[in-house]
Amino acid sequence: MKIVVPIKRVLDPYAKVKPGSDGMSIDSGGAKSEINPFDEIALEEAVRLREKVGAVEIIVVAIGPAESEEQLRKALAMGADKAVLIETTTSPDSRAVALELESFVREQNPDLVLMGKQATDDDSNQVGQILAARLGWPQATFASEVTPGSGSLTVIRETDTGTETLQIQLPAVVTADLRLNEPRYIALPGIIKARSKPLEKRAPATALQSFVTVTGFTAPPARKAGKRVANVEELIAELKAAGSI
Amino acid sequence: MGKSLFLSLDGTDLAVGAAVAANFAEAFDVIVLTSTVNDSFGAEKVMATGWASLPPAAAYAGELAKLATGYARVFAVSAMWSKDLLPRAAGVADAACVTDVLSIESDTRFTRPMYAGAIVATVEVSAPQTWFTFRPVGFPAVSDAGASVPTETVAIQVDDSAVRNIGTRAKEGGRPDLSAAKVVVSGGRPLKDAASFERVIGGLADALGGAVGATRAAVDAGIAANELQVGQTGKIVAPDLYIAAGISGSTQHMAGIKDSKLIVAINTDGDAPIFSIADLGLVGDLYEVLPVLERELKKA
Repeated sequence: MKIVVPIKRVLDPYAKVKPGSDGMSIDSGGAKSEINPFDEIALEEAVRLREKVGAVEIIVVAIGPAESEEQLRKALAMGADKAVLIETTTSPDSRAVALELESFVREQNPDLVLMGKQATDDDSNQVGQILAARLGWPQATFASEVTPGSGSLTVIRETDTGTETLQIQLPAVVTADLRLNEPRYIALPGIIKARSKPLEKRAPATALQSFVTVTGFTAPPARKAGKRVANVEELIAELKAAGSI
Repeated sequence: MGKSLFLSLDGTDLAVGAAVAANFAEAFDVIVLTSTVNDSFGAEKVMATGWASLPPAAAYAGELAKLATGYARVFAVSAMWSKDLLPRAAGVADAACVTDVLSIESDTRFTRPMYAGAIVATVEVSAPQTWFTFRPVGFPAVSDAGASVPTETVAIQVDDSAVRNIGTRAKEGGRPDLSAAKVVVSGGRPLKDAASFERVIGGLADALGGAVGATRAAVDAGIAANELQVGQTGKIVAPDLYIAAGISGSTQHMAGIKDSKLIVAINTDGDAPIFSIADLGLVGDLYEVLPVLERELKKA
């Protein structure tokens, strides 16, 4: 079985960010970058699938700046076999990323693409679905449990009202939600081993042309702290005065 | 330029869909995916599939994209079902796709949140067709139903040969849906188990006729069901009254509640970040405060 795991380099999701003074950039106060946490969960799941079913080859691919090599190295240390960095200094939209990934997936011909449901920087939640559409493959988004079968997967996915279980034929695209697993800590032998694993750099195969372009950033309206009440009676009186109860 | 198409899950979202459609000069049509509607809210044409429940997105997104040919834009309320479906259909149509639209500045310019709501981005779309999901809070529901038009039946072919739903677990009924509720009572990790969560948080929610929400920590700890998670990675809520009990206020959680009209925070830690956005704050133990509130409400 061959699994492609696309990963994105994003700002530390716990960093405090605000719009830059030019209104065209993000001020992160010098925060570090990480693997998008949902992609890390997807990679962890790929590694667990290998632990379950044996012969699984895991290829991680990033589309992004040269610095994404850092995240790909970490992915190799987590257990990926091979990494590919498709270098670009632009910020393509979800469709452009999906088209580039489509080209990569057609070349690699995997059984499964496992990726995060969304990136924590742009929060778009689109690439997996667009990629699946382009490939004509079935999809299971918001996965919280993946069980391998013969030529298929059983995926429990989160929905608005609970969960549903999908039986999905391979090849397929699965996007990881929070509760799929908890990614492992990387042990030192993994880091050392990762240094000798292949990491290929290449130019994009597509034009990376975006339909959706960001033209500016602003801060959302701030919410101010209100009033403290001393006890339940005061709280009830305030709620009644506000017409809330 | 061209007509709009609103994808309604079950008809209950039609009033807010009409409010979004009002931002564009052209008329709009509606496809109701499940259930039926009585009022058309100004739509030119209302189509219904007659489905009892949603098939897997991949089983019909392609057919939907074909049906949407000729529309300038297709949109639906932001939810897990729409985020599953719309990008897939947009992928088939090779259209632009925008997630979580907060406001519509022009036919091609929208605002949307990024970085868990810490940033509002303005985006410009350049494509023959645009699919988008929107956050209802920015679009006050249309109250005037207008003249009703008869609902037409639309046949959307479902091909589930490659993906099939083999089981559904839905939350127990009785309480309003979290995303649409006027009142939400949420609990965090301090609730010690699922039974006390249901008793204390659920009890107050029922007394208020509201929905129950939970933090990611409470869901991860198995105290609350996954569909109750409120926050950037769970549900975004904007009720008239939001009561946060035993919730310290992670950035992710606060991003999901900041559009609520009135936020009440009850927490033993007076320095908890949740107090920085709460309209009414009470430093106290939720086990003591909530039952008193519940009793008081039942008296009234």
